[in-house]
Amino acid sequence: MTRFTLNGRAVQMALPSGEPLLQVLANDLGADGPKYGCGKAQCGSCTVLMDGNPVRSCVMPLSAADGRTITTLAGLAEGGRPGRLQQAFIDEQAAQCGYCTSGIILQAQALLQRNPKPSDAQVRSALDGNLCRCGAHNRIVRAVLRAAKGA
Amino acid sequence: MTAVARSDRRRFLRQSGGFTLAFSLPLPSGLAQAPSEPAKARLPGSLDRNRRLDAWIRVQPADRSILLMVGKVELGQGILTALAQLCADELDVNIERIRIVSGDTAVVPNEGTTAGSFSMPDSGNAVRHAAAEARAALLELASMRLAVPASSLRVDDALVVADTGARTTYWDLPAGEELRREATGKVPPKRSGHRYIGRSVPRLDLTPKILGQAMFVHELRPEGLLFGRVVRPSTYRARLLAADTAAVERMPGVVKVVRDGSFLGVVAQRESQANAAAEALARSCRWETPSTLPRTEGVEAWLRSAPIARDIPTRRQPRTKPGEVIRTVEATYFRPYQMHASIGPSAAVATMGADGTLVVQTHSQSVFETATAIAAMLGLPRERVRLQHVQGAGCYGHNLADDAAADAALLAVQVPGRPVRFQYTREQEHRWEPYGSAMLIRTRAGLDAQGNVLDWDFELWSTPHTTRPANQPGNLLPAGYLGKPFVQPVPANNGAPNYAADRNAIALYDFPGQNVLTHFITEMPVRVSSHRGLGAYGNVFAIESFMDELAHATGSDPAEYRVRHLNDPRARDAIRAAADRFGWSTWKRTPGRGRGIAFARYKNIAGYCAVALEVEVDSRSGSIRVLRAVASADSGHIVSPDGVSNQIEGGLVQSLSWTLKEEVQMDETRILSEDWASYPILTFSEVPPVDVVLIDRPGQPFLGTGEASQGPTGAALANAVFDATGVRFRRLPLTPARVLQGLRERRA
Repeated sequence: MTRFTLNGRAVQMALPSGEPLLQVLANDLGADGPKYGCGKAQCGSCTVLMDGNPVRSCVMPLSAADGRTITTLAGLAEGGRPGRLQQAFIDEQAAQCGYCTSGIILQAQALLQRNPKPSDAQVRSALDGNLCRCGAHNRIVRAVLRAAKGA
Repeated sequence: MTAVARSDRRRFLRQSGGFTLAFSLPLPSGLAQAPSEPAKARLPGSLDRNRRLDAWIRVQPADRSILLMVGKVELGQGILTALAQLCADELDVNIERIRIVSGDTAVVPNEGTTAGSFSMPDSGNAVRHAAAEARAALLELASMRLAVPASSLRVDDALVVADTGARTTYWDLPAGEELRREATGKVPPKRSGHRYIGRSVPRLDLTPKILGQAMFVHELRPEGLLFGRVVRPSTYRARLLAADTAAVERMPGVVKVVRDGSFLGVVAQRESQANAAAEALARSCRWETPSTLPRTEGVEAWLRSAPIARDIPTRRQPRTKPGEVIRTVEATYFRPYQMHASIGPSAAVATMGADGTLVVQTHSQSVFETATAIAAMLGLPRERVRLQHVQGAGCYGHNLADDAAADAALLAVQVPGRPVRFQYTREQEHRWEPYGSAMLIRTRAGLDAQGNVLDWDFELWSTPHTTRPANQPGNLLPAGYLGKPFVQPVPANNGAPNYAADRNAIALYDFPGQNVLTHFITEMPVRVSSHRGLGAYGNVFAIESFMDELAHATGSDPAEYRVRHLNDPRARDAIRAAADRFGWSTWKRTPGRGRGIAFARYKNIAGYCAVALEVEVDSRSGSIRVLRAVASADSGHIVSPDGVSNQIEGGLVQSLSWTLKEEVQMDETRILSEDWASYPILTFSEVPPVDVVLIDRPGQPFLGTGEASQGPTGAALANAVFDATGVRFRRLPLTPARVLQGLRERRA
């Protein structure tokens, strides 16, 4: 039995401990947001926060979540309203297809927790492990800086 | 779209009289047109081939909404938002009232493929005119009800008010009857008073995506869901000799192992079980694998020697103007195979229903034609296959979306009643998607004493640029591996005005003589199809690099040299707008840095775009850093400024990635680019600031935007690198190794 907290809710899963965390979150727990992109921790689409740190859930076994706190995109909402970063992404229309968006927002959330006032270069550096193919990079950086400014 | 597709639609509709019970929205009766009716007046955009008003728009009193049905689909380009803007403006309703159904073959008008930067010209014009005509029809009804002239009526969010103060609403009028007729095309859209057109309305799909609400086909979880995977060989033309399906069938959670010829797939209860089963199945396989690939370094030589299926005289314009050629300049350019490289491996959910209807949720760009191809592959009547578009990751052309739908369908028919969610692995997506075709281009110009072009010759060698499903099962990847395989049809090269391999091969410049010859090669050692811009990326790279070479060879300013060869004022405006915003005339040279400019009008009929950018080249490492970029865009009348800007900038950034980094790697037997390490793309730190200058043309036609910046960006980059280093790079991509080699050769 694996027990952890998902977006503030206690969950327990009676599944083999080697099940990929990404699949458990997406298929069993309905946590829309983290997405399969590469299965090799190369693209960042599956990024979630584990105790506040960004992890690639595609290469993470379910057992790694035991006793931890997991946050997905839906978990950033505050009192039913979009979280600060989410609102900044909406304000900047910081996406095209949106497939990479979940992983990028969570990666950025971890950055802002560590460094509330990052520079443009620091935002880019923090997001270098998250791939975007649509070319929405500059909008995304603006959204992160906007959220930081509003903090 | 072809006449074949049209008649298929008719046949489908004729045959489909009894199937409405399966679908939430009944098709309007009589939607089909008799095949032999007399020619009718041409209607705007896709309204011409889907002429019924209620095929597009319905008034829904129950929830006081407007149902808008469109055949174009959301690919992340924001098209549905732009269409909602047009519909809301023409109907005078709040945009929140627009409910959109898109890309459901049982419900929406067939608008062909969502491609070619055609969605605004096709769907935008159709929606706008259908909505304008629907509004006029509603006002006629209101005028009768209120006994006032229609001209005295105003509408505010579906509330219809007369000068007299009498009022009614759209929801109280018998709109259903009134819209059950063909459009006339005689009600012009509004010229002014727009509330949404021209404004950057927030994208309808972005908020749910940003909040983490299910929007993607990859996230669908219908009741009873099973998971599907396929096993593919190491190369295209391999044949399966043996596979241990029995052992895999005994694995935990495995519901079905499917083998049909060289097609191999598994269906399992859990996704991890499907993955494990597919991996075990792959390990158990023996394949016959021929060596048919040209190797990365051999692609250019292969193109030079491949049998030419057809020589196409894309343009023959012999010079009539007198003048003496005093100098001839020649160059040869090459673009490699490049990937769409979608961030999300393609996926689909397929269910074989108890009623014998197969429903496939897919991120296909061509739901109707793919449905026909899948039906033929499965031997099902066309009306028994329904495709519904659900969003996927950005595709940038024909990637594996349709093949995923076909693979999902092949698995789903083996487990009737159970939905099967299918997704490729990253490796499969990289290795099996149809790439953008490699191209070889030779240019020659004869110049007069002033350095102006008198004669321009442009010759290109290319494999095809479109192998979309197009109703043919042979174009679906798995269909070629079945026990009774479907043979891929020989691809055609589109003619004017869109072209394919020779898209944008005709320079827009007003040269006195211009000849363009396309050597079309239909042999395909590597799977290829429509990659954002098709031939335009390679052709514009060549034309605009060559114009730069000519400008430098004649001591001209590259921006001025282009303008001097152009009569089209909008083309000149686009170049000047980019140059001005860049600060072209005041730019100061610093060592190691250079600037480049390039221009194209996409397809010579869509949006105008010029790109100017500045680079810094590190002569020790050979790496190129793009410091900043400016793009101008004239897409006609702008519906969503932010939408245009996002597309132009996104295309520019993607094209920088192609131009700096991307080339599909292969040896004789397999594609070696199988993940993001072996096929790297541009990262956040490498993306320059981009400034987009929009040139709005109110009242002018929509020109289409989505592929306009790909071509100019590649050439502007190579031109800037030349400006910085004095070395002309004519072979893409401009990797550090290639730049170093160029610098070394120059010193030697």
